[in-house]
Amino acid sequence: MPSNADPMSLAGVHARLQALFPLGDLAPRRAGLAFVDLPATCAPPALSHLRDREGFGHLVLLTAVDWLEEELFQLTYLVCNREARLDLGLRVRIPREPARMESIHDIWPTAATYQRELREMFGIDFPGSPRLDEAFILEDWRDIPPYRRDFDTLRFARENFAERPGRETWDPASHMRQRLYPEANPGMDPSVPGDRS
Amino acid sequence: MKAELEKRLVTGPDGVEFEVDPLRDYYCDALPEVQRPAYLRIVEDLFNWARAESIWILGFGTGCGAIEMRPLMTPRFDAYRYGIQWRPTPRQANLFVISGYLSVKTLKRVIRSYEQMQNPKYVVGLGSCTLNGGMYFDSYNTIKRLDQYLPVDLYITGCMPRPEALLAGFLELKKLIRAGKAEGANQYAANFAWYKANQKQVIHDWDMPDYNW
Amino acid sequence: MSFDWMRIPWSLVTLFIVFNYGLLLNALIAKIAARVGRRHGIPLWQNYVDLIKNYGQRTTISHGVHFYLGPVFRLTGGIGLLLFVPTLYGSAYFANLSFAGDLILALYFVFFGTLGMALGAGESGHPYAALGVSRGLSQVTAAELPFALAVFAVALQYQTLSVTEIVAAQQGGIHHWTLFTNPLAVAAAMLSFLGSMMRPPFDLVLAPQEIPIGPPTEYHSSYLALLQTNRAIFPIAKVVIYMNLFFGGATNWPVFFLKVFLITMVSVVVGVVSPRFRVEQSIRWFLIWAVPIGILAILWV
Ligand code: SF4
Repeated sequence: MPSNADPMSLAGVHARLQALFPLGDLAPRRAGLAFVDLPATCAPPALSHLRDREGFGHLVLLTAVDWLEEELFQLTYLVCNREARLDLGLRVRIPREPARMESIHDIWPTAATYQRELREMFGIDFPGSPRLDEAFILEDWRDIPPYRRDFDTLRFARENFAERPGRETWDPASHMRQRLYPEANPGMDPSVPGDRS
Repeated sequence: MKAELEKRLVTGPDGVEFEVDPLRDYYCDALPEVQRPAYLRIVEDLFNWARAESIWILGFGTGCGAIEMRPLMTPRFDAYRYGIQWRPTPRQANLFVISGYLSVKTLKRVIRSYEQMQNPKYVVGLGSCTLNGGMYFDSYNTIKRLDQYLPVDLYITGCMPRPEALLAGFLELKKLIRAGKAEGANQYAANFAWYKANQKQVIHDWDMPDYNW
Repeated sequence: MSFDWMRIPWSLVTLFIVFNYGLLLNALIAKIAARVGRRHGIPLWQNYVDLIKNYGQRTTISHGVHFYLGPVFRLTGGIGLLLFVPTLYGSAYFANLSFAGDLILALYFVFFGTLGMALGAGESGHPYAALGVSRGLSQVTAAELPFALAVFAVALQYQTLSVTEIVAAQQGGIHHWTLFTNPLAVAAAMLSFLGSMMRPPFDLVLAPQEIPIGPPTEYHSSYLALLQTNRAIFPIAKVVIYMNLFFGGATNWPVFFLKVFLITMVSVVVGVVSPRFRVEQSIRWFLIWAVPIGILAILWV
């Protein structure tokens, strides 16, 4: 592991960034990949600092996680410094209602596409982002955004798409246990339909 | 509806204003009709034999199963031996292989392509996804039962079916065609209203005519 | 000269023979290409089956008059080309409708079908068709240049515009062929031949993998069947011209079959081992390699 003093390491980047923004602790995942939390308002300036001063020229991805219980969305900006082979993920948390985040399409134009997707799938607003409200994958979606965890996919599929009667669903793990060791699991759902073992 | 599909006034280069209604002007809205087979039984049999021996697949992969069609063109499986070829345009194809899960967005394109194919035409559903939803049974945007939306002649099961299974399926389809039992296009025309109602139930932004010739 | 009406049935016989030979030859070519790829490829009779099937499709859709006329023009081009040059030299039956100035007419017919297709495909309203046509026209025009130069060279050499007389001048041994008396013209023409046979490396216009299948994108059912019929006749007709102009013509059917087969094989052999040129590349290729040879051929005569 490179030492903290190594200016080319993620720790070095973190230390320099910490002088400017209120960062959380560095959470290393493996050599060359680490995550760090920061407040939502600091993310855009931190990203442009990373891009212009630290050589993180590539936005690898922008994605979201729905923390339903905490009423939060977490956005992850993963950026990459190709020369130094470093990946740094910036994590910010924003409230779920209203879900809004500052757009970074002026830092990386490609971010506009990610933001369109997040808008459609999670319902997160990015004011000012180009073509934000155009259909991305779904066309004319009329329910709550499908990647929100309070969206019930199973119920939605049952209500909207015709089913073929007679479809059976087996849990692979218990099914195989039943087939391979029937005597060891006598109580386990012996009436699995179609199971002729 | 997209702006370019809306009815609007256009000023021509000669200064004359005229109204354009893309959905009506650019498409023909005649509905499909049930087509009679040839009058002579022997002629129809000849045609059916030719149709069975010359299956042209529309090169449109809709889901993961499309990856299993490519090996059919390679030396190992070589579907060309059986008169099976791929055509890049729906006009010239007579078999539509729905290769796996079909999202609602793709379904819309599939319907358009299917309707552009010429009677007689066949549909093969590939993989459990087309049959009963497969592992996408609880997905928010894939249909679970293809025969609600298009007339299916044959299903090939598996997730995913191997190329051998596809070949076996195609040979089975040939038997159907030769026996004159693959009349999906006529079935579609006869039950047109039912198919359209099903299609429109899942496709919300229906911005095309009911039948795309 | 009074017109001999018996020529018409004999021309139809020619057409019939050439049509079947063309279908089989096309399948054979596909098989050769498949064997090079270590496949078995289509059965030899596949083209017949495809043809029956396409004639047997129950519905057709028209986009207007020119859409109808496109395949008809195309087929006219093929048949006209075939019928206005003598298929067999010295045969009273298979000289077809050849006459004194037929060389010029033949040159025109080579182009005729493409122009007809341009009209028809344009009418179909499909953007890919229009794109395909513009690519096709530019490529065929570029490929036609060296051929035209070679033809002029040959016409100058023999001081005639009649294909029959050109063939007559080449009789009496292999060394009388234009191939040996004017190799430059033949070289230019053969390079052009590669381009006009729609095989790799110059098959971008019709390749299914490119802008889907080019001009015939919208053609289906019996329209397509007409085009397929033409695909059997037209290449042979073109090869017949080459055979007559450069390779001594043919005096009986076996020689005809053999020569046509061998000349076609030139483009097939080049084709199966070549990747595909883009249109601007192929045009450049024709202008740089083939046209100068054609000009030299004229100067040389
Ligand atoms: S059946 Fe399996 S392989 Fe086929 S599309 Fe569905 S998930 Fe993919």
